[in-house]
Amino acid sequence: MPMNIDLKGLRVAVTGGTSGLGLALVRLLAAHGVCVAFVARTAETVKHIANETGAFGIVGDIGHKEGIYPIATQITGNLGGLDALINNASALGPTPLALLADTQCEELEQALQVNLVGPFRLTKALFGALAASARGGRGGAVINVSSDAAVNAYSGWGAYGASKAALRHMTAIWAEEAKSESVSFLSIDPGDMDTPLHALAVPDADPTTLKRPEAAAIEIVTLLLAALPTRATAVAGQP
Amino acid sequence: MTSNDKLRQQSAKLLAVDADGTIRHLARALLASLFNPGDLIVANDAATLPASLIGTHDATGRPIEVRLAEWMSVHDLRQFAAIAFGAGDHRTRTEDRVLPPPLLPGDRLSLGPLAAVVDQLLDHPRLFRLRFIGDRATILAGLARHGRPIQYAHLPEPLALWDVWTSIAADPIAFEAPSAGFALDWRILAAWRQRGIGFATLTHAAGISSTGDPLLDLRLPFDEPYDIPEKTAVAIAHAQSKRGRIIAIGTTVVRALESAANADGSIPPGAGVARGRIGRETPLRTVDAILTGVHQPGDSHFELLRAFTTDALLDEVSEEVRVHKYHPHDFGDSLLIERPRPRIASERCDGPAKGAQTSGQRPPDQTRDTSRPPDRRPSGDGAVPASASEAMSMQ
Repeated sequence: MPMNIDLKGLRVAVTGGTSGLGLALVRLLAAHGVCVAFVARTAETVKHIANETGAFGIVGDIGHKEGIYPIATQITGNLGGLDALINNASALGPTPLALLADTQCEELEQALQVNLVGPFRLTKALFGALAASARGGRGGAVINVSSDAAVNAYSGWGAYGASKAALRHMTAIWAEEAKSESVSFLSIDPGDMDTPLHALAVPDADPTTLKRPEAAAIEIVTLLLAALPTRATAVAGQP
Repeated sequence: MTSNDKLRQQSAKLLAVDADGTIRHLARALLASLFNPGDLIVANDAATLPASLIGTHDATGRPIEVRLAEWMSVHDLRQFAAIAFGAGDHRTRTEDRVLPPPLLPGDRLSLGPLAAVVDQLLDHPRLFRLRFIGDRATILAGLARHGRPIQYAHLPEPLALWDVWTSIAADPIAFEAPSAGFALDWRILAAWRQRGIGFATLTHAAGISSTGDPLLDLRLPFDEPYDIPEKTAVAIAHAQSKRGRIIAIGTTVVRALESAANADGSIPPGAGVARGRIGRETPLRTVDAILTGVHQPGDSHFELLRAFTTDALLDEVSEEVRVHKYHPHDFGDSLLIERPRPRIASERCDGPAKGAQTSGQRPPDQTRDTSRPPDRRPSGDGAVPASASEAMSMQ
């Protein structure tokens, strides 16, 4: 991996960690000695990725209210605290993509549950752990994965775009509010990537024109490190 | 919990007892405007485990509820001391719950996805050492998904995990919620910070508060591990050097700090275990005031308050709580009690006059004060707030 920074001792949780950008993040972080916990819905895939990477795999659905606290308990319980949360899990909305007038209310609700309400719930449940990490001098950061569909109005991307726009604005407000606790909030648009989600949305896209998720993962981890105190401080804390 | 319970928490009340014994009734939302610059609030940031597990006693096939109650070694999820109940659920008061099937060492329990073994009986039919089978991550996943928070018969709706995590909850090691922390929210913390009031945390594995069994309850609280971060120890030393007060959010913070405290009231950072009860005879070395829930005399939470103030004043508090219909229990109203501060010569002269001005105010209990060990703070320093009722008052 073309990253040359010592990340040992950092504690990071990634949602949607078994495919696309999330998987690239889990692999990158775990390969650099980060204590990683990841969340995904399918038990078998979670086990497979946990075995492959050595990261803690957690079976759960971000879009499901009752699942959030069990997920949070496992994240902090396994990692012994939390320095950064990456809300990466995303739902596309109707597939194939649909015009808003053709979108079922339930499809919009589902996109909002996974892309907005789920990240809100999980971040709120883990905010105490992130603030505790920040008080201890290790820093605390939340990265919410966004999209250019959160900013631009693309036909057919209504459920996804509206939910990601709401997530982006929530991130901006939370960034303001959490400054006093020294917890950073970042919204990051990784660009169009060669991922299963993109293939669902644009089945005939030429993969060679798309960004590799591994490249986006490096960009995100670089931004994450910039949002945390220097590693020397963080490494001094407990593993 | 219902939304009504949550609404009631927003309108919760606070009974404040100042160091000179003055009792005041406040809205708890006013916590944000209490205390003085230089004071330090210390709270417990433990998150609460879903420590109640239902399942079956394999040997008899009979139902069993297991409540995890004590760490054998903190963060080691394989072994706990646990309390067992037989058939029935939390809607039955714990006092009335039937005994579990007779437990023998080696008995296996099926607790949802978790398998456990009775390792050792602990001198009571309900109390035993339990060992989970499996690795740490598997046990944690089983607990997180199958476990429920320990429930209370007096609440009409079952508690969910989000009901028992305080706003600041971080490390899931408590068996019951460090409930004084329910009074805090991020708005209050921001207001304190803005006013120059310090905020620090420790992590204390709050244990089970009651088993319903009188013999078992005599053994409470069980040993509770805690960890005091370096930054918190530094913040306490800083506040002490500036004569700020150390205000504990909850009995668990008092237990951790007073367990860790050196004779001079300074606090070394690091891990420890709080043992035994704090009560009338316990000298407080570090903590100056406590925010806690409304408890009944005899309850270990209430008995701990006797370390802060006199029995006579606590009787008066109980009467005020009754007359003004304060809500008891973990999700109810709050008490804030500041212990008398050591008086300096000029204050001693002021004391009786001030006492005469306020109806219902009690004269300082001299017997009580002389029984205390010498305070760490050198006397005769004018920087000590002249009147604690001023010091505690709203800004």
